Amino acid sequence: MRKNRSIMSKRKAKYAHLPIGESITQVQSMLRERLCNQRLPDKPEGTEAQHKHLLELLRRTAIHGESNSVLIVGPRGAGKTMLLKCVLRDLLEDKEAQKSLLQVHLNGLLQTDDRIALKEITRQLHLENVVGDKVFGSFAENLAFLLEALKKGDRSSSRPVLFILDEFDLFAHHKNQTLLYNLLDVSQSAQAPIAVVGITCRLDVLELLEKRVKSRFSHRQIHLLSSLTFTQYLQRVQSQLSLPQDFPDVKFAQDWNDSIKTLCEDKSAEEALRRHFNSSKDFRSLHILLMLCLSRVTVAKPVIKPADLLEASRLCFVDAKANMLHGLSILELCLIIAMKHLNDVYEGEPFNLQMVHNEFKKFLQRKSNSMYNFEQPVIMKAFEHLQQLELIRPVDGSAAKTQKEYQLMRLMLDHSQIMEALQKYPLCPTDVKQWAMSAFG
Amino acid sequence: MKYFTRLRVRRVYKWRGDPLAFNRKLKTYDYGSLAISVEGLPRTTVIVVGQHILIEGEDEDDPYVAKVTRLFGDDSGKQKKAVVQWFARVSEVPASKLKLLGREPHPQEIFYYQGRVCEDEVNAESILRPVKVKHLDGAAPFPDSDDKDTLFVKMSWDSKIFRVVPSAVVDPASEPAPAFSPPPRSKPSLPPSPPCSPPAATPTSRRVSRRTLSTPEPAEVRCSWGSMSTGKVRSLEAESHHSATKLSASKCLSATRRKASARTPGVRKKLQLCSPEKTSPEDAMDQLLDQELESEMMLVQRLSSSPPQALHLTPHRKGHTAPASPLSHRLTPLRKAQGGRDAEDAIPIKPSSVVLQQLSETDSPPPASRGDSTRATTPSRRKEAKAARESALAVLVEVDNENSPMLPAATTPRSSKRKSALLVSSRIRKQLHLLNNDQVLNSDGEDEDEDVFVPSKALQSSSEEDEEEEEEELDSDQEVGAKKSRVGSRTPRSKGKRGTSARTPRKTPNKKITPSTPQTPRYATPIIPSRSLPARCPANVLEEARARLHVSSVPESLPCREQEFQDIYSFVESKIVDGTGGCMYISGVPGTGKTATVHEVMRCLQHAAEVDEIPPFHFIEINGMKMTDPHQAYVQILQKLTSQKATADHAAALLEKRFSNPAPRKESTVLLVDELDLLWTRKQNVMYNLFDWPTRRHARLVVLTIANTMDLPERIMINRVASRLGLTRMSFQPYSFKQLQQIITSRLNKVKAFEEDALQLVSRKVAALSGDARRCLDICRRATEICEHSAPPTPSASGLVGMSHVMEALNEMFSSAYITAIKCASVQEQLFLRAVIAEFRRLGLEEATFQQVFVQHQALCRVEGLQPISVSEGLAVCQRLGACRLLLLEPSRLGVLQRVRLNVSQDDVLYALKAD
Repeated sequence: MRKNRSIMSKRKAKYAHLPIGESITQVQSMLRERLCNQRLPDKPEGTEAQHKHLLELLRRTAIHGESNSVLIVGPRGAGKTMLLKCVLRDLLEDKEAQKSLLQVHLNGLLQTDDRIALKEITRQLHLENVVGDKVFGSFAENLAFLLEALKKGDRSSSRPVLFILDEFDLFAHHKNQTLLYNLLDVSQSAQAPIAVVGITCRLDVLELLEKRVKSRFSHRQIHLLSSLTFTQYLQRVQSQLSLPQDFPDVKFAQDWNDSIKTLCEDKSAEEALRRHFNSSKDFRSLHILLMLCLSRVTVAKPVIKPADLLEASRLCFVDAKANMLHGLSILELCLIIAMKHLNDVYEGEPFNLQMVHNEFKKFLQRKSNSMYNFEQPVIMKAFEHLQQLELIRPVDGSAAKTQKEYQLMRLMLDHSQIMEALQKYPLCPTDVKQWAMSAFG
Repeated sequence: MKYFTRLRVRRVYKWRGDPLAFNRKLKTYDYGSLAISVEGLPRTTVIVVGQHILIEGEDEDDPYVAKVTRLFGDDSGKQKKAVVQWFARVSEVPASKLKLLGREPHPQEIFYYQGRVCEDEVNAESILRPVKVKHLDGAAPFPDSDDKDTLFVKMSWDSKIFRVVPSAVVDPASEPAPAFSPPPRSKPSLPPSPPCSPPAATPTSRRVSRRTLSTPEPAEVRCSWGSMSTGKVRSLEAESHHSATKLSASKCLSATRRKASARTPGVRKKLQLCSPEKTSPEDAMDQLLDQELESEMMLVQRLSSSPPQALHLTPHRKGHTAPASPLSHRLTPLRKAQGGRDAEDAIPIKPSSVVLQQLSETDSPPPASRGDSTRATTPSRRKEAKAARESALAVLVEVDNENSPMLPAATTPRSSKRKSALLVSSRIRKQLHLLNNDQVLNSDGEDEDEDVFVPSKALQSSSEEDEEEEEEELDSDQEVGAKKSRVGSRTPRSKGKRGTSARTPRKTPNKKITPSTPQTPRYATPIIPSRSLPARCPANVLEEARARLHVSSVPESLPCREQEFQDIYSFVESKIVDGTGGCMYISGVPGTGKTATVHEVMRCLQHAAEVDEIPPFHFIEINGMKMTDPHQAYVQILQKLTSQKATADHAAALLEKRFSNPAPRKESTVLLVDELDLLWTRKQNVMYNLFDWPTRRHARLVVLTIANTMDLPERIMINRVASRLGLTRMSFQPYSFKQLQQIITSRLNKVKAFEEDALQLVSRKVAALSGDARRCLDICRRATEICEHSAPPTPSASGLVGMSHVMEALNEMFSSAYITAIKCASVQEQLFLRAVIAEFRRLGLEEATFQQVFVQHQALCRVEGLQPISVSEGLAVCQRLGACRLLLLEPSRLGVLQRVRLNVSQDDVLYALKAD
């Protein structure tokens, strides 16, 4: 891609205009790279203070050999990992730090217990070659080995080690919190200089730590809580979609950027974006939205129109369960409606197949002219299908020995979802619709 | 026969011969020798007074080394005791004291122990087997051998300093048989032995070659004692010229021998007379006479026994056949030509070392003189002498006993490495010039020892036939002894390979890791690579302060814990001084200086031990958090105590043995068990053992335990464990604000970085919250950072850390993020929180299902004029809040049915939302 771009920039000298198709391809790839978080932003946006704090902290570890521990806390999608990556990138620009700093990346979802974590640490520190071809021993040996290694070092002579613990809270669930205790203990004693950086989205993470582990943690927390306003959010959208100055086709870039500007000023687009902003401030969901818009850009339509944004927004907010209801047979839909009425009558008490069937039969007797009764086995089959789709689920504990017909179930759908599905259900008989909307079965 | 000792085969101990003396007061009988036989096997080992032996210790692989000085039993015959002179192994000398040695100790080095009084009376049944001990000159290098069964003595150790030890006190040969020239200088003897390795044996198996080497010794020894005639030496030399593997070392040896024999006799006599000894000149004369006689007798015996050697080829029969068979192996090529000169053939086999040693020790005139006499003796004369001097034979017996178990070890096979042999021979030559000084000492030692043997002569006068028989028996004994040591020394490694010595399987008797051989990856210690650029030093006051305030920096002193320090110090000190054991339980919340105080105490005690105020002790430390399983505690303790590795069960057994068996020279051990509560197991056997060991009489173990909770013994320990822990308890109170202030001040140590008020604020705040000193230091450190990065210091701010900085740091660390998090949440998230509270109010419960809350949420959306969100979106909002733990949720697979709870107080939520 980069090569491609360099070819482009060479060509730029010759032709200021590229064929429209090529420009579109360029736009797509450039923006996708941006939206998929594959490229770090050049400067921290909205997190300058945190960036500085973390950078200083890690720099002191790398250069002065000062041991530290810090937690980066923030909701999902707030840019914790991005912050750390930016800091590391900036830190490693320093030759001195680059030469000395060792990094160990752990993830609580991958290293699910201390044994795996210790092996991973040993591997990442390239200590396994010290062991030679000896097969790595027991967990206990592993721990002793690593502690020994860390103990051997001292502040001034050993290379500092940066431990990055992603999903830090999961490490706190390991048995005895051995790993955390030992890492934090090393960071608080005169051994090899280490910095422990934990990344977590849990605000109560400190309460998870055992008191002796907690005491060893330095209590530095960097919170990433964005107090973003909608105007900033809009600006962000615009900057994310804008093309840079060095785009090969200047004319195209100009047009593209203008169109993005008009998009952001458009009322309906702004409405859709505000809805997103209200729902969630994190950039990851925004990126998903913009990605959907971007994928609608074609050669025939080389701009993002507000309609695209609305459509993308609709896709984002669509209700998953209601969509599933569209695929049900009319019998299954009738059963769902019967369940809804049962829920209304009994205020959310669980029901079983017989009750649902009775309710359905009542409807058939009273009002139906388009529906016919079905055999019990057919009803049963439809019921099971609903269970497989997890639209209904058995009540905990009742599944044991009762017959299928009498097993207690709960409906996993909200009324609004059922009504919405009925509105859109193709060729729904009117009497079924009326039955659904009537207050009592 | 190493596996005999390993398998705990039952040994039978019997006195040999009649008592030598009877002590009426104590009702004890003194004996000259003790026979050890292994049940089910016909062989026996004989231990005689003056021999070096291994005594069962707590460590099976590293038995204690001692020299028998007396063997005695009570009149019932049930109790067999031995009085011994101890030797300390390297592992028994505390590591701190080993530094005094000024060099790396050799793994096979032992120290003549002359420290404080220690039990030197041991149960004879704890004797394992004889061992070869060699004395080395102070400056002499350790022989380059891989013979694991030979131990070397250079220095004496009295628990304070190392001294060069005179060889006389070490070497056994001089003591039981004063007639012999002073003890063999063993070190030179080792290397020359390679030439002895049988030239003919090269194609044969190693086992055979070992035999040829080790068995024929008795004959040779006798021969050498019987002093070399120059002629014999010549013939020897001639023979050695025959051998294909003749080495320059042996040439050198024979040369020295010749030189020695050329010396004038009588030098030794004169020396003895002049030496400051208690014995009268007459005694000395007698002694000399005896020497001569003995030497003759030995020759006689050698000669008389040699013909049968040639005849009996079946090993393991009885008597001298066993030694004979290897001889015949070795000598087959030569025998045809040389006929009946087997005995003399034996001479080259024998590590000529013994002879050489004698020569070197005394500058060896005596062998020469004796040599003259023997040269003159014809076989007939010898017979005559034999008939006449029966008593001398008794001594001879002693001598045989004495030497037989020892020598085999010395002659264990080693490859004939030419280089090493050359090297060593040059060393020998050097030493020969240096040894004159030792004479006085040596002869002194001999004379003292002579007294011991006078009675034996008197008592053991029996008929010649008896003696002959006994001789035969002895030979078989020797065979056993020889075999024992030989097999014991057999390690599965190729012989003579230097590099492999560090890789011997851990089961070999001497499995000490030599710290100087790290080339094998197995013992390489892992280490974080060192940095290419040095760490930067603090540049300004704030950085300096930060470095000092880091928890890891070790302060010069520990303020505010003087009382606790004193208590622990006196507790441990008294236990060490008394040589008893005890437990102490230390509790306190984290960060109150428990571990730091104990470490400080240990530093002080170790310092005291270094300057000899208290006896030396081991300090080992384990941490419940730094092990993966409570039973690993055993492994870690054992490893720190003896640097051997074992499985948890085996380690427990070894430790049990170590702490329950009497070991006279054992030092006190101080064991710090940090995070005790993690050693809890269902049966609590780890804790039980830890607290039970100190109560053993011989354990000399002091256990200091640390945990957080004050009532841990009552809460988690069963009665028998709690009872053993005892009531020596100490609790560390959280620091008060004054103490915290003092701690920071003392750490800063006049580095002016903080305003006085700021310090007070920090310490008051922390004291109110937890009294955790770590927290206090961390806050101060953060405050210096904030100060550094705050706007460029205005002239008024003076660059010190002020109140504002400290306040900011405190806020950062102690303020809860919940409120900020709610403030920063998106509109829908905030609405959902309000919906949750509304639903709680409606239900009057603190819990609701998502469905219920969602209804409220929809309603609130309409109130706020927002477009109602779909169920999916609502669930997403709910999950996001759950991920931050603002809400507590059931697993998300329950969908709309999942129950929702608040993780923050409703007031906090309302406060945060109102402030918006």
